[in-house]
Amino acid sequence: MESAITLTVNGQKKSLTTDPARSLLEILRENLHLLGTRFGCGAGDCGACTVHIDGKRAFACQTPAAEADGKSVTTIEGLAHNDRLHPLQQAFMDEGAYQCGYCVSGMIMAAAALLQEKPNPSDADIRQWMNPNLCRCCGYVKIVSAIRRAAGAGR
Amino acid sequence: MSQTTQTLTVTPGERLRPNVTRRRFLKSLSAGLLIAVSASPIVAQEAPEAPEGRRLGRNRGPSQEGPVPIAARIHIARDGTITVMTGKVECGQGARAEISMAAAEELRVSPDQIVLIMGDTTLCPDDGGTYGSMTTPRTIPSIRNGCAAARQALAAIAGDQWKTKAADVQIKDGHVIDVSSGKQLSYGELVGEGLAKAFTQSPSRDVQITTVTHWKVLGTPYLRSDRRELVDGSHVYPTDIVRPGMLYGKILRPPSYGATLTSINLSAVKSMADVRVARDGEFVGVAGPSYTRAQQALDALAKTAVWRQVPHISSVELYNHLKENALNGIPQNPFADDLLKAAVSIRQEYHVAYIQHAPLEPRVATAEWTGGNLTVWTGTQNPFGVRGDLVRALGISPDSVRVIVPDFGGAFGGKHIGDPAVEAARLARGIGKPVHLRWTREEEFTWAYFRPAGVILAEAGLDAAGVISSWFFVNINSGPQGIEPPYRVGRHHSGFLPSDPPLRQGSYRALASTANHFAREVLMDELAVAAHTDPLAFRLANLESSRLKNVLRTAADKFGWAAQSAKKIPNTGVGLACGTDKGSYVAACAAVSIDPKTSAITVTRVTEAFDCGPIHNPAGLLSQVQGAILMGLGADLREEIRFDNGQIANDNFADYAPPRFADVPEIDVHLIDTRDVSPAGAGEIPIIAIAPAIANAVYSATGQRIRQMPIRLS
Repeated sequence: MESAITLTVNGQKKSLTTDPARSLLEILRENLHLLGTRFGCGAGDCGACTVHIDGKRAFACQTPAAEADGKSVTTIEGLAHNDRLHPLQQAFMDEGAYQCGYCVSGMIMAAAALLQEKPNPSDADIRQWMNPNLCRCCGYVKIVSAIRRAAGAGR
Repeated sequence: MSQTTQTLTVTPGERLRPNVTRRRFLKSLSAGLLIAVSASPIVAQEAPEAPEGRRLGRNRGPSQEGPVPIAARIHIARDGTITVMTGKVECGQGARAEISMAAAEELRVSPDQIVLIMGDTTLCPDDGGTYGSMTTPRTIPSIRNGCAAARQALAAIAGDQWKTKAADVQIKDGHVIDVSSGKQLSYGELVGEGLAKAFTQSPSRDVQITTVTHWKVLGTPYLRSDRRELVDGSHVYPTDIVRPGMLYGKILRPPSYGATLTSINLSAVKSMADVRVARDGEFVGVAGPSYTRAQQALDALAKTAVWRQVPHISSVELYNHLKENALNGIPQNPFADDLLKAAVSIRQEYHVAYIQHAPLEPRVATAEWTGGNLTVWTGTQNPFGVRGDLVRALGISPDSVRVIVPDFGGAFGGKHIGDPAVEAARLARGIGKPVHLRWTREEEFTWAYFRPAGVILAEAGLDAAGVISSWFFVNINSGPQGIEPPYRVGRHHSGFLPSDPPLRQGSYRALASTANHFAREVLMDELAVAAHTDPLAFRLANLESSRLKNVLRTAADKFGWAAQSAKKIPNTGVGLACGTDKGSYVAACAAVSIDPKTSAITVTRVTEAFDCGPIHNPAGLLSQVQGAILMGLGADLREEIRFDNGQIANDNFADYAPPRFADVPEIDVHLIDTRDVSPAGAGEIPIIAIAPAIANAVYSATGQRIRQMPIRLS
């Protein structure tokens, strides 16, 4: 059964008719072609699909479209302001906090939610908050450095 | 090897979001195509079909490594755009940055000015697969020779134009300069017939590459040129390929290993108008307008499938099974007499579990047929090998297949093969539409190959003077890499015995070097303890290589081994290990603490020293070493594939439990830049010392000797 879904994605209103049980991740990737949000496990175990729903961190793969209906979604594509990167994007880039980079969108979105709640996190705060996000290249050391750098830049 | 000149055809707008590299290349082509030479014949390079599955790695026969004409490697456009082509791929290990740096060094430009096309079987020369730490020792010299030859050709042509003597012609910042007159020309301005002719040549043997002492680009930290795309989400991974009319595909999988399909009712999905099905013997695939729809169709079909299942070894029987099936049986130690008279003798058995690479980007391919021609975008470490797989599986000619490998999301030795490429191509041909086929995480954990499990039997004797008098070391099933000891060991035998592996197994970062170093370095610790010697002093006294001794001393000094190992704090301990393989040298010290109630092990600190010769990219190397330390920690503490009744019991990240932020110890890396030797690869060897260093630290904390990976405390 299909139903009408309306979302605000990165500030733009999007309406579609679809199976409401499909995940937000599928809607973003397959319908809206916003491909920066990525599939890693489909189970909420890796964080590669992390987005913000109404400003809060969420796993897009675990969010049925019906649940996102009427909500405001921010993806990695919506984080920069025009050509100006978000401080976290800039910090990940400058720190070289990526290897294959496949986890990076989710890492940055998770960290952005952290810095909204806690602008000056300790390293322990960062590790605890980021623990749901996997990096299989195991680039955790530079990722923590990048988040620390972005938090410092925001001060 | 004959050469053919061909025109490059790149379909405009072939991706929904063409990546910058390709866009810039297209622009450079339109700005004045010089010449493109593709090496041929392709057919002769394809190896005969290798038996699938139960063997280590897969050699697909000779690749066309070696000198190629300059034009096959480098393209210079009239607008000055420099494009370099390589069959190597980027999967996070840093090849894109390193190769760009090598080209830039020889062409006297900045690495950001290099447009690097990687892993495209139509555009790039075959540089062999991206594995075995071979990019640095094998491909970098090819790139540097080609680019140095191009630089010399540019200088010669400018000198001819100016009628200037060669000594007055210099190259700087992408320009050729006549120092006698001050005249200068950009590379783009030198594009013409003369350069095209020069570029048909392969680099000569006496081409002048830049010596280490003159490096300006190599040796300094560099972040790959597409770094912005990685952080703004616009980088196109294989999973991000979108083609017009594309459907999302799923493959019917057997319910257990070895099961065969007896019957299936394809009409079960007849009512789903938006779904298409293809069957070819055991191969059954479905495709729909979304992955959810494809899954619904697959579920409906699977309900009608009847399978014949077969018994399968379970993981609890694994090590006995491997020993019982060791090829020609387990040999007797020929030095048994030595053990009888030795002051100390040790006979032990070590176990290493099956593990999965579990790259974060699942195996994925998008296949599109245009007439009889096939294009596949996929994440693989072996684009030319996958083209061969497609040729064989689909019965088509190599000329009609193009494999494109966008920079992809992790491999670690796990993406040598073309399974999803072949599946997507078969399904796309069957349904007449382009197909996007991405494995689920559960498929990843079940149908990808694994790092081989192994049993290592080791026996060693030590005489009264603390000299190792005999050494007997047999690896069953996991592999021969790194099996020879770097120590003076008297009479010795090291050997590898294949067995009957119950799971599909293949390559993994550092291959069996990890298993062999684990067993050897734990055994060395056992010998040191038995001889009442400090493990560091014991190793140093028995090592031969000065570079290995140097990394070991460096790691121990930076860690503060003497002070740390003298401390006796309950439930804490320190350990160390060292090793060498593929021309690199590594040593690690680890500190652990143990929860006395739960026996949970926390690695609190790791110090590692690593020497791979002259360092090309310190930034990339640091990432590789940090990543290898943590990946090694995961396989040492937790990672283990469990299986029963032909099914994987822990086919997800929650149960498999790879390393996370919470596992990260204090990490201290010391990169040793040894400049008077040839550069060696660095993606693998930093992993080999970490597991034994942690295991030895757990022993020092608990008194329990660890002889299996992952570690289990009783």
